[in-house]
This record gives sequence, structure tokens and C-alpha cells, in this order.
Amino acid sequence: MSQAATAEEPAVSQAAPKAHRNRLSAGFFKFVLGRFLLIIPTVFILVTIVFFVMRATGDPISAAMGGRLTPEELQRRIHAAGYDRPLVVQYGEYLGGLLHGDLGTTLTDNQPVIQILVRYGAATLELAILALVVALIVGIGLGRVAARHRDHATDAGVRLFAILCYATPVFFLGLVLKLVFSVALGWLPSSGRSSLASEMQFSRLVSPTGLYIVDALQLGDTQVLGDVLMHAVLPALALGLLTAGVFIRLVRTNVISTYNAGYIEAARSRGVGEKRLMGKHAWRPALIPIITVMGMQIALLLAGAVLTETTFEWKGLGFMLSNYLKARDFVAVQGIVILIAVIVSVVNFIVDVISALIDPRVRY
Amino acid sequence: MSESTENRVGVPGDARLEGLRIAKPDSRLSKLPVIRDLKVAVGWQKAMLITGLVITGFFLLVAIFAPWIAPYGYAQIKGEDGVPFPAQAAPSTEHIWGTTVGGFDVFSRTVWGARTAVIAIVVAVLLSIFAGVFLGLVSGWFGGWFDRVCVVIADAIYSFPSLLLAILMAIMISGGQSSLWGGILASGISITVVYIPQYFRTIRAEVIRIKSDAYIESAKVVGASTPRILGRHLLRNSTRTLPVILTLNSSEAILTLAGLGFLGFGIEPTAAAEWGYDLNRSVADVTAGIWWTAVFPGMAIVLIVLGITLIGESLNDLADPRLRARKSAGEVVGSIEDTSVDPTERPNNDNPVVEEYMATQDPEVAVLARTIPDESRGVIKDD
Repeated sequence: MSQAATAEEPAVSQAAPKAHRNRLSAGFFKFVLGRFLLIIPTVFILVTIVFFVMRATGDPISAAMGGRLTPEELQRRIHAAGYDRPLVVQYGEYLGGLLHGDLGTTLTDNQPVIQILVRYGAATLELAILALVVALIVGIGLGRVAARHRDHATDAGVRLFAILCYATPVFFLGLVLKLVFSVALGWLPSSGRSSLASEMQFSRLVSPTGLYIVDALQLGDTQVLGDVLMHAVLPALALGLLTAGVFIRLVRTNVISTYNAGYIEAARSRGVGEKRLMGKHAWRPALIPIITVMGMQIALLLAGAVLTETTFEWKGLGFMLSNYLKARDFVAVQGIVILIAVIVSVVNFIVDVISALIDPRVRY
Repeated sequence: MSESTENRVGVPGDARLEGLRIAKPDSRLSKLPVIRDLKVAVGWQKAMLITGLVITGFFLLVAIFAPWIAPYGYAQIKGEDGVPFPAQAAPSTEHIWGTTVGGFDVFSRTVWGARTAVIAIVVAVLLSIFAGVFLGLVSGWFGGWFDRVCVVIADAIYSFPSLLLAILMAIMISGGQSSLWGGILASGISITVVYIPQYFRTIRAEVIRIKSDAYIESAKVVGASTPRILGRHLLRNSTRTLPVILTLNSSEAILTLAGLGFLGFGIEPTAAAEWGYDLNRSVADVTAGIWWTAVFPGMAIVLIVLGITLIGESLNDLADPRLRARKSAGEVVGSIEDTSVDPTERPNNDNPVVEEYMATQDPEVAVLARTIPDESRGVIKDD
């Protein structure tokens, strides 16, 4: 019986992609195109909101330099930068620049915003990837355990842990981790992305990627790699656990609902083991909503990154954003926020396409 | 029990039917969301709900009685005798949770912070419910281009990181610096803007679902005005999932408020006590091994969010029949015996079968459950 089932399986999995390819017809591409075009209004609306909200308080120059310049000097600068023209004209100009990839220059340190995005974006990307790895391991592992032992003490414990992860502000978790692991135990560094020595090593690189782990591998220096990883543990853990709280809940709920389905009962009555039931029969269908919602968590992850980076002085976009906010450098803030808006919209698009690939019902 | 009297012919087992209370109308009080859920909940799910209620209640009490609980004011840096408080002093009898770098008493700040948090939640949740529900009703009912524009804007805002949006709003409303009530209001409104889309989406989806129902049609035929249909028929029937969203949003509101404070866009320390601000100031303390300025306000945030989230999670589970904890098989067997015709047996008041029945009658059954035809759920409609 079970032999027959295993013998059948390769045949099924071979047939599946073929059938799938056939279904990727005009309807699917129409959906993808339609969904892709939807990115444009989304980004446009966010850019508009960001622009007008930032300008509602006045022009960027008096916000940033307010106390430090004489009124005449201030006026001259505002005029030179064109901030005294009607807001709509400035808005049109900003949109025009945006289309050419020009986000203006920062007011406080006079650098092209785009350059800042590239330089610090790598750090944030690295942190986000590491945090996602932590979140996936913890979230999927514990979520499945909770679903297996539904309504028992294990389940209750895991759920409480998930709620705690969610209830703890990421900066407070960061502070507690710092207190325990770097101040009390002295195991891990408390802030920054690497030690000064490693930083010096990186400057030797011809083409640094900005992702320190990749750079350390490029150098082939295990000491630098170790140093970078040590610095990454606490921030990744803090941000990862925040997201893991949501993932645990998500995995648990979805596995439970597929676990109750009729075909699971049928498989069980055929003698399929519990382990296989969970690993294959219940898990695969549960994956669709999990992927969808995980994609949506990118917004949470990015907001969390701002707070995590500030807590650990991890010099990424979030850290810079909080610095520029304090300096009231609204041109820089605008650029960073718009980049985040674009990332969120694109990720949502990818998620929608993936779930449409997996589940044809999404396409209507 | 069920013997015949002068006026009434009794049948053995009548009293048992009473006990099943299928036809008995529930009192008004027991129809309120949380109380109704408390009745349905069993086992540790009930424990979760009660724990959440207790923690939240505790913080509410602290918020109300803050002036009597806190030994000092939230912005007080000098004692009664005019002697300034020591800075960064470890917990002692004078200052049971120590003092901050600015000389504030940590215990007093934490207690007063509960008040700020509760006010911010109330402002944020009330405003976003009113705005979101109103927009959802109107948009769902009228449809057309207005609906489409609203949906696109709501989706755009919804997908955006809420903390960043709140920062933008805080900049716009207060220019980044805040006074007493201005600060609380600014934070509240910032959070509001973030959560309007959630209420909007939920209500709109419900309205569109209900819109074509027969009773709306008949209301139209009878000649009910649009405001009446919106306010009476649609509003009443589309707010089923609100309690769940409301609680989950309140906890997010606290986290957003704390995040704003942590980044320096919250409320000035002299205007009100705010946990996020205190944590911001404690970042430097932590590396020096000063733990009390971070741990206490942080724990306060964790606890209040935990309490509210526990309530929200339980309500969510109870509303979804797939997630609702079930009584163990043994208890269910007992209840089947209750329905036997043996007149010597007493019916059990908290009969799980009845509860299951009541729960499926419950309008809060989750959206997904509605797509399942009633027959397959084993629901017998007797009304």
C-alpha cells in the first residue's frame, strides 16, 4: 500500500509542473501585468503623501538650519534652492527628478540622497536577511510544534512565547539582550557592525559590497568574519524574534486548519505516519497563506529595522533615518521613506505573483 | 420537577429542556463581546482571556489612580525640601526603582506613563474607528469611483510601515516637538491615520457582503432612507469583527507610541511621562550597566501589550470555530448522557453541545466559516 503510494509520487510530481506550465496562459500574464501596474499608483500615492506631509511644516532649509543662520541668509538660501516657489511646482519638479533617479541632496551633509541609499541600504539589507533567517527558523519550527500539540501545554507555552515576542518592543528586547550578553556576560559586542580593525581591513577591498559578511568572505579572513558575525548576532536576534512572533502564530493557525482537513484524515486512515502527515500533507497546503503573510511582514521588518539599528548603532538606513529626522533634514528623510515605499510595493507584488503561481484561485 | 400541576401538563424531562436554554433569550449584558466570549471559552483559552483582562484592568487602575500611586510627579526632579534627586541612582528606599540620568524617579515615571498610554489608545482607537467605519460604510455602499480611490489609498497606506507613517504624521502635526495635550493628541492622531485603513477594509468588505442581502433589499422597498439603512442595518451587521481588530490595534498603538518616543518624536518629558522616551534615554545607561532605567518602563510596555494581545488573541480564536479549543471527549460524552430520557439525571448547565450550538449561532463566527454551507457545519436553523 505505502509502496504503491511512494512509487506513484515521482510520476505525480513530474506531471505537476507540466500541467502548471499549461495553465500559465494569457490569464496569468494579464494578472501579473495588472498587478504590476498597480505598483505605480501605490508608489505615487505614498510619494505624494510623504512630500506634502513633510512640507506641511514649512521649507526644509529653515527646518534644518533654523537657529543657525541669520534671517537674511536663510531667505537667500531658500530662494537659491527654489523652496519659495509654489508647492505644486516644487512637487512637479521632485517627481521629475524622481523619474531620473534624482532624489536631491541632503541639507546637513550635502550628499546625493541616492548615494546614501546605496551605501547604507546594504547594511539594512544584511540585517533584514539575517533577521529573516532567525524568524523563519524560530517561526516555522515552533509554529509546527504548537500545531502538532494543539491545545496542550506545549502549544500554550509556544503561543505565550509568540505573544511575548510580539509584545516586546524591539528596542527594549535589544536593550535587554545588550544588558545580558554584552554587559553582564561580556560575550558579544554591544553595538556597531564590526570592530575598528575589521573596518580597516574592509578599506583594502577593491569592490566592497557593503554586506560585511560577503566582504569578509571576499577577504578570506576568518577573524574578520568572526568579528562581523559576533556583531550581527544581537541585532539579528532582536529583529528576528519580533518577526518570529508573527510567524509562529501564522504557521500554527494555518497548519491547524489544514491538519483538520478531510484528506489528512484519509491519509491517516491509510496508515501514513504522523511525522509524514505533518511534514508533507499538512505542511504544503499551509504554505500558501504563510508565504503571502510573510511577504506582508516586510513592512514590519523595515519599521523594526529602524528601531533595531538605532538601538545597536547599526549604520544602516534606519539608523540614518533616525539621525536625519533628528537633524530635521527632510530631503534625506523623504528619500529614505520613498525607497522603503518602493521596496514594500515591489515585495507585495512579488508575493502576489508567487501566491498566484501556487494557487490559481487568486487570479480570478 | 416536571410533574403536572393544576394549570400545566408536565412531561418528565421538561426541566431538562429548560436547562438546555436553547430558546431562552440571553440578558443584554451577556451579549457584550468580551462577556459573551468569556462564556464560550474553555480550558486554557479561558485562562488566556482572563489573564489578559486582569493585566489590562490592572493598567487601567494604575492609569486612573496614578496621582495617588506615584510618590513623585512625572517631571519632578527635586524633593519637597528642594533638594534635587540624585542622577542615575540605584534603587533605594527613597526611589524604589532608582532615578534616571535626568534625575526623574523611575517608579513615578512608569506609573504616570500608564496614564499616557491609556489616553493615547483611547484617542487613537476612537478616532480611527469613527473615521474608518464611516468611510467603510459610505465607500462600500455607494461604490463607484469614490470607492475605488478609497481602496487604492487605503491599500497604499496599509502596506506602508506604520511606524514611519506615524513619524511623518508627528512631524506634520507638531513639527516634531510636543506640548502636554498637544503631544498626546499628536501621537494619538498619528496612530489614528495608520489604523483607519484597517477598519475601513474590514467594514467595507462586510458592507459589500451584506449589501445584497434580502433584508437590505426589503428596507429599500419599504422606503427607508439611505442614512437609515447605513446607520441601522449595515452598521449593526458589519461590526462583528471589530472587537478583535480593536484590541489588536490598541496593542499596536502602544508599540507605535513607544516607537515614536524612542525615536524622539513623542511627548516631551515635562509634558507627560512616556515609556518610549524613557527607553530612549536609557540606551546610554545600558552600556554602563545601569539596568533600572531601561527594565522598568520596558517591562510596563511588555505587560500592557501582552495583556491586550491576550484578550485580542482569545477573541480571535473564539470567533474562529477552527481555532476554538474544544472540550475533551470525556466531557462531551457526559453531555450526551444529559440528553437521555432518564428523569433522575440533572442536566448540566454548561453543556458543551449547547455551547457549540450557541457559538455557531453567534454572529462573530469568522469570515471563512461563512463560506461553508450551514448543512455541512451541522447547524440547524430554527428561527
